[in-house]
Amino acid sequence: MFRRLQPDDSSATIYFDGRAIRCRPGESVAAALLAAGVDRFRTTPVGGAGRMPYCMIGVCFDCLVEIDGQADRQACLVPVADGMTVRSQDGTGRFGIQ
Amino acid sequence: MTRTDVIVIGGGIHGCCTALHLARRGLKPIVLEKNTVGRHASGVNAGGVRQLMRHTAEIPLSMAAMDAWERLDALLGPELAANCNFVGGVGQIGIAESAQELAWCRERVAEMRALGYDFEELIDADELKRLVPSVADICRGGIVSRRDGHANPFRTTQSFRLRAEQLGARILERTRVTGLEQGDGGWTVTTDRGTFGADIVVNCGGAWAWQAGAMVGEHFPKSHFASTLMVTSRMPHFIDPVVIGIDRVLSFKQTEAGTVVIGGGILGDPDLDAETAETVSDRMMESAATVYEFFPILRQATIVRTWAGLEALMPDVIPVIGPSRVASGLWHAFGFSGHGFQLGPIVGSVIADLIVDGVSPLPIAAFSPTRFTAEGKLRPPAQ
Amino acid sequence: MTHLQRESCELAIVGGGPAGLAAATLAAELGVETVLFDEQSAPGGQVYRNVEANAPRHDALAAILGGDYAGGLALVRAFRASGAAYEPESAVWQVAASGKVGVSRGGRAYLTRAQRVVLATGAMERPVPVPGWTLPGVMGAGAVQTLMKASGIVPDRPVVLAGCGPLLYLVAVQLVRANAPLVAVVDTSAATLAGTVRAALPLLPAFAGDLAKGLSWIATLKARRIPIHKGSRLVVEGTGRVEAVTFDSGGRRVRIATSLLLLHEGVIPNNQVTTSLRCKHVWNVAQAAWRPETDPFGATSSARVAVAGDGAGIGGARAAVHRGRLAALDAAFRLGRIGRDERDARARPERTALAREARLRAFLDRVYRPAEAVRPLDDDTLACRCEEVSAGELRGLIAEGFTDLNQLKSFSRCGMGQCQGRMCAGTVGRILAEGLATDMAAVGHYRLRIPVKPLPLAELAELGHADRNDKPVLEVADGDPSQRI
Ligand SMILES: Cc1cc2nc3c(=O)[nH]c(=O)nc-3n(C[C@H](O)[C@H](O)[C@H](O)COP(=O)(O)OP(=O)(O)OC[C@H]3O[C@@H](n4cnc5c(N)ncnc54)[C@H](O)[C@@H]3O)c2cc1C
Ligand SMILES: Cc1cc2nc3c(=O)[nH]c(=O)nc-3n(C[C@H](O)[C@H](O)[C@H](O)COP(=O)(O)OP(=O)(O)OC[C@H]3O[C@@H](n4cnc5c(N)ncnc54)[C@H](O)[C@@H]3O)c2cc1C
Ligand code: FES
Repeated sequence: MFRRLQPDDSSATIYFDGRAIRCRPGESVAAALLAAGVDRFRTTPVGGAGRMPYCMIGVCFDCLVEIDGQADRQACLVPVADGMTVRSQDGTGRFGIQ
Repeated sequence: MTRTDVIVIGGGIHGCCTALHLARRGLKPIVLEKNTVGRHASGVNAGGVRQLMRHTAEIPLSMAAMDAWERLDALLGPELAANCNFVGGVGQIGIAESAQELAWCRERVAEMRALGYDFEELIDADELKRLVPSVADICRGGIVSRRDGHANPFRTTQSFRLRAEQLGARILERTRVTGLEQGDGGWTVTTDRGTFGADIVVNCGGAWAWQAGAMVGEHFPKSHFASTLMVTSRMPHFIDPVVIGIDRVLSFKQTEAGTVVIGGGILGDPDLDAETAETVSDRMMESAATVYEFFPILRQATIVRTWAGLEALMPDVIPVIGPSRVASGLWHAFGFSGHGFQLGPIVGSVIADLIVDGVSPLPIAAFSPTRFTAEGKLRPPAQ
Repeated sequence: MTHLQRESCELAIVGGGPAGLAAATLAAELGVETVLFDEQSAPGGQVYRNVEANAPRHDALAAILGGDYAGGLALVRAFRASGAAYEPESAVWQVAASGKVGVSRGGRAYLTRAQRVVLATGAMERPVPVPGWTLPGVMGAGAVQTLMKASGIVPDRPVVLAGCGPLLYLVAVQLVRANAPLVAVVDTSAATLAGTVRAALPLLPAFAGDLAKGLSWIATLKARRIPIHKGSRLVVEGTGRVEAVTFDSGGRRVRIATSLLLLHEGVIPNNQVTTSLRCKHVWNVAQAAWRPETDPFGATSSARVAVAGDGAGIGGARAAVHRGRLAALDAAFRLGRIGRDERDARARPERTALAREARLRAFLDRVYRPAEAVRPLDDDTLACRCEEVSAGELRGLIAEGFTDLNQLKSFSRCGMGQCQGRMCAGTVGRILAEGLATDMAAVGHYRLRIPVKPLPLAELAELGHADRNDKPVLEVADGDPSQRI
């Protein structure tokens, strides 16, 4: 879907649903996932529809994912950190409830 | 001038329910609501349907209301009843964390037994854990009222309104009562949308009800407060009962949608003239901290919205229900002091009985307007 | 993360775009103790996002983004040098009328007391509800531009741009420069080329530069043979993700296959904070959006709070700078740093410059009126993305007798989701206004309360706070719990 203009500055790694993704330190989690071809960040709690970022500036909340165990995080606002664990958020998210 | 037999001031749950019952008894009530139906306390409350830990004077009324909640079908018809999202039988639980709280629970249950009520039960930590598996281990037990539950306040008030209309009541929104005058031909009710004539007026004005009293020179406490709720994003289903604190600031439930509604009497800043209220973040900390401590699951919850509703507050925290002490043909039903939603289905029937039959089968002496002085102060208790 | 949790400041500025940067820079120069809070990790706002890192690079990305973008660097540098404190990655979730500002940073929330607040929260892209707009692969045009600025990421699969407004064409040109496979532009504006030229004539010669730039964008697209369709009644097709967009054009239905559909119909003020403060708002007919009512310095009806930049009504990045400075002058005056005469004297050139910008804005507003008429909002279009409430469901409720925006919200849950109504407020308002055959001004907007950004419960529970002389809960009857409310 997207490509990087400078692929070589991807020196950080995050894990999305178990898969390692190389990304640029300081960029948003959403940018990292989109660059890696992820087009389903979450499913909606009401209808179960797949969603991906719409606004990229923190207003639409369609980029919600679970980051390091915390549900409902806005991927477009949270900067990546090396080793970060990200999970797609299904429905309401897990909130530690299985 | 529009003439009818009864004018009801206020389109909250009590105004709508009063109109519903009056219409059932063959009258043609008109409800005058200055904003929209359910705009205030009735539409924005926490939806708790609670007999648990009520003031003993309210218990007969609350029990009768509980019967009505369980038979909403009969009152509203199946479709409107379903619309209320009433969930009964999940119970409301007062959670005790300290030994003192547990001791208080024991006393309370004993007192209730002595009065002949057995719907409040003492529970130990095991039973608490069985009812609420997500509760933290620091909680030692508490009191449960098993028939209790919750409903969607806005939808419920709306259903009462629609039922009242089906039965022939009229509801006029954006119509503010500005004057009440009694003459030979009955009451003249002035509004910003014309004048109405009626034989009887019922004051269900909620936080503003004292103003309607003042229009006829009958004074009540002007006190009111803004009660605050916080609500989380949708979460996976994890709890059925409604839980409240004993000494701790705590009250929450999970709605049908999965959101968790958290309250507990947190004060907002009321603005009666602007007819709204602000929520104040510093005052929410304690409640947030308690739910978080008692329910580790909520550690990850996100608060999406807060709001506050305006509610009348009587110094003895029980409502005013009964005939005016200065004028005939004027009845009051207000002052529910933060817990009047559960009484929603019953107070209107009491008022209708009083108007049509002259008596109510339910004990309501404690709620009489005569407990206030001419200046509107609460008289000291009789004995 | 360690950071200072400020107890108080004289002036809090929310937002680090051109308005906030200019306001902070000038206020600090005038001796006002100023703190700027911004949700992003670097200053620049939407227009100059990440400019400090990108502008000096003289590389492919800088060339793609263009000279206007690089111009933001001067603003950021002046801000950095001004002495104003900067709090990045700090989301403001409350501004109380008392001046208490609630901030969340690094997983902790705190309250800081500000004597005055300037809101420079800018704009967001107007949501474009068309059938299928929630499918993955549909994004805002500005959203993809943000990806370019923030991360140097560009589309590499077929992309279609649809909508109207200058930003649509700017993004089209940036995509072309980036060699992204731009398949087509679908222009939904009602304006004709001839009409646009006629409307533009009075702006010459004053705005020759801006108009030439606009023309050069069109020329670039033409040179690259990017088809520009006039289109209406957009529908997004696809199962699971976008596969194609269809629209009416020249009397027939056109279908274009694409992997990315970028929608854009201009930007609207981001006014959650002023709404939560119950500031007076007016419906701006020309921009089809609410804006807070302000005096010439940006002061709102809330005594301590001013708004600057696009948050006070869309004016563009240059206007945002002047409006930021006006707000700073007024803050310095009200805080006793400068006298009224000095404030007014220094305000004069800013006013003159603003008046000039206003002429260009009026032209843009006229030519790029959002395409309500060509966007019929079919019953099955989702108005509320979060709670998935369709236009048809809302119309049904209106037919049943609902007459108030907040009633629709209470009943259907539209506007109750995580975006707190940002994405649906305008659409639900429009549906209600149409249903009642009235206008937007009459239907009003959602009632909003804090938090203006969702706030983790844990942060609220551990809120560091400035004072606690308040009684938090109602106490009745000597604490006898049986008389609890
Ligand atoms: C946040 C909150 C949470 C609560 N939680 C619970 C709970 O969980 N369980 C529970 O049992 N109770 C709860 N309550 C209390 C409950 O909501 C109220 O006791 C109940 O709704 C009162 O109903 P009412 O009809 O008397 O008042 P309202 O709903 O306030 O209705 C009064 C109406 O009268 C109208 N009015 C007033 N004056 C005039 C006039 N002059 N002309 C025309 N119209 C007029 C007003 O506009 C208003 O709509 C809560 C209350 C709040 C605020
Ligand atoms: C996605 C997007 C891209 C755009 N691109 C361009 C462009 O390329 N060229 C152009 O001329 N115009 C562009 N615009 C229009 C542009 O936004 C404005 O004209 C200009 O940026 C307005 O400046 P401002 O200072 O008012 O606000 P902005 O630049 O929007 O800055 C507002 C800042 O406030 C912050 N903020 C908002 N709410 C909060 C909060 N609650 N807490 C903390 N921080 C907060 C935001 O993160 C942002 O940094 C774009 C708009 C959008 C929405
Ligand atoms: S993409 Fe819209 S909030 Fe993150």
